[in-house]
Amino acid sequence: MQLEIIGITVLWTFLYGYVIVASIDFGAGFFSYYSMLTQKDHIISRVISRYLSPVWEVTNVFLVFFFVGIVGFFPDTAYYYGTALLIPGGIALLLLSIRGSFYAFANYGARQSRIYHFLYGMTGLFIPASLSTVLTISEGGFIRQTGDGNIIFLPETLLTSPYSWSVVFLALVSVLFISAAFMTYYAYKAADRPAFEILRRYALFWSGPTILASIWVFMALYQHNPTHFYNMLDIAWVFLFSLVCCLGAIYLLWWRKALGCSFILVMLQYAFAFFGYGYSHLPYLLYPYITVQSGLTNSTMGWALVIAFIAGLFLLIPSLFLLLRLFLFSARYVRGEK
Amino acid sequence: MDSATLSRILTAETLGFHIIWATIGVGVPVLISLAEAWGIYKKDPHYILMARRWTRGFVITVAVGVVTGTSIGLMLSLLWPRFMQLVGNVISLPLFLETFAFFFEAIFLGIYLYSWDRFKKPVYHWLTSIPIVIGSTFSAIFITTVNAFMNTPAGFTIKNGELTNIQPLTAMFNPATPTKVAHVLSSSYVTCAFLLAGIAAYCLLRGRNHSYYKKALKMTMIAGFILALATAVAGDLSGKFLAKHVPEKLAAAEWHFETQTKAPLILGGYLDENNEIKGAIQIPWALSILGKGTPNGEIIGLNEFPVDERPPLYLHYLFDGMVLIGSYLIIISLVFLIVWWRKKNLWNPWMLRGIVLAAPLSFIAIELGWIYAEVGRQPWIIRGLMYTNEAATTADNVGTLLVVFSLLYLALTLISIFVLIRLFRKKSVEKELEERRIIL
Repeated sequence: MQLEIIGITVLWTFLYGYVIVASIDFGAGFFSYYSMLTQKDHIISRVISRYLSPVWEVTNVFLVFFFVGIVGFFPDTAYYYGTALLIPGGIALLLLSIRGSFYAFANYGARQSRIYHFLYGMTGLFIPASLSTVLTISEGGFIRQTGDGNIIFLPETLLTSPYSWSVVFLALVSVLFISAAFMTYYAYKAADRPAFEILRRYALFWSGPTILASIWVFMALYQHNPTHFYNMLDIAWVFLFSLVCCLGAIYLLWWRKALGCSFILVMLQYAFAFFGYGYSHLPYLLYPYITVQSGLTNSTMGWALVIAFIAGLFLLIPSLFLLLRLFLFSARYVRGEK
Repeated sequence: MDSATLSRILTAETLGFHIIWATIGVGVPVLISLAEAWGIYKKDPHYILMARRWTRGFVITVAVGVVTGTSIGLMLSLLWPRFMQLVGNVISLPLFLETFAFFFEAIFLGIYLYSWDRFKKPVYHWLTSIPIVIGSTFSAIFITTVNAFMNTPAGFTIKNGELTNIQPLTAMFNPATPTKVAHVLSSSYVTCAFLLAGIAAYCLLRGRNHSYYKKALKMTMIAGFILALATAVAGDLSGKFLAKHVPEKLAAAEWHFETQTKAPLILGGYLDENNEIKGAIQIPWALSILGKGTPNGEIIGLNEFPVDERPPLYLHYLFDGMVLIGSYLIIISLVFLIVWWRKKNLWNPWMLRGIVLAAPLSFIAIELGWIYAEVGRQPWIIRGLMYTNEAATTADNVGTLLVVFSLLYLALTLISIFVLIRLFRKKSVEKELEERRIIL
């Protein structure tokens, strides 16, 4: 297999992992704040903190992994995106910092505070919104390269583009949907009936907007970057599968059946859509400036990274398995007995 | 100010802030693991409680460390795009490995925190602390290799302005790596030993004289003494490394202008308008010994370098400060151990005050050391290869970012101190011992 394909597949898979685990985390923060406002926090906050406490730090690493990896495999991206994303990246970074630290302050800092809670809840919505603009920018049209090689970012274009807003909207509803679907399953495993009912309602509520937002993104992309749109049409079956998985998940949630399967279907829904999007985006990393071939690092470094990655997986997979066994698949922990 | 200057300020600020938390993140797990191991071995619940309480504080500091670490990671791309492009080509391997090490640490930190009473044998729980120590230490090692690369780039050749013949491992194990890694690790460990010792001494000074604090102080001071010696050795080796590979950095720190043998070491003092050293203590031969291990060693002076490639001369004070504090740590822990050995009054308030003082001092030494390391490389971002000014972003708005992040760091400092104080006040050692029914 070619190096650039291996590299981008590894990175894209990690980004997918981040989308799932971070969505759960972001959405949970929002739901826990929302439930505090509607005075239902005593019902669902326990389930949420039970899950989030041991894993929040791991979530962050997925993101760091992705951006360190992309600089390693495709160094040119550091130059183009680094220059262009100073402000959007700075905002995302600020929000991530606030979120991470205030989570710890609220959670380990002995006292519940409304402000900490508010910050934690709201950043959960703004971070995905600001991070999603990176994918928007990758479609081209928001960065211009001048004759002397300087990169100029066009913020007005970004803020007035319908495509950009459709992506932001999709990111937000996806976060809420993924999170609610997972938390429903988790509450079910914890045998926490009242929390389960509330979270199931959230999941069902956000499922419809998810489908609508996806359709909106398709239409907006047709306007913004028709080439990419037609590439997607060529593999339309992938996106149809995604839709089928989504409908299956909704069906199971509705009838309160096989909730574990329901969440797996949600993951598959996003896997199909995410990899379908990524595949049709190729070969561009930043349209039209960087492709996976042009941006690729030298092959020595590339293979060194691949080897490091494989070695790393041998270390990580058993550890992650242990973490999940102790906190996710341990019925006694989930129920709060230990 | 131009983008390059603003980028430098923002990066300096972020690193200066991050290094406090990163040092705690690297050093404290070692002491936690030690305390728990000792507690299990001695069947002494005081040490176990120590590990528990240190962990509780550690989580908060780790959280700030994680967010500032993420900040600096992303900021390097945002503020220094040209630099990261080159780094991506030559030295991205350790950066990539660092995320794995951190991943590993994060997973086991989650496990460690939430599984105190879940294992049948306490030793299993202690075993989960080992991956945390390994993860955090290797994070530090990998990141330090990248910084070492900036000082002594290696593992590539330049042909017609293109980087070719790239060897990732040679880049990673560049000449600066061994001494730099040794110095960073030992100084992180020693700083945390003195941080925890300082807290115990402070509690004793305040009249809380439970044997818990005494045990904590003894343990951290033994560790502190050994680690302070190790740091001094690592520092000495770093001096020899500098004299050989980066002579201008050592020369700037020592106001050493003329190349000569039997070079004196200069402490304090100031430079008059003719760059003559005034009011300094001169230790004959000492610089030659530090740099080459023998009084006849020739130390290259600053005059050998073009004026625009010399680091600033105020580095001298940073270097002196770092060395003085390092010596203070050795002396205070040595005095403590001698008094203990002679069975004199260990809990003398002056002794305790001296130890309390050592805690902030050791953090100051870390800051001084890092400023020395980074400013001492100027005007290069990668020595001999890329100027700092060339590497900076061309985008505007760095100033806005600088203001926003300064406020963020200020807020994080205040809030985390506040949260930590409240956390430990609310649950004092005495109260917790009672709750857990630990009576010895």
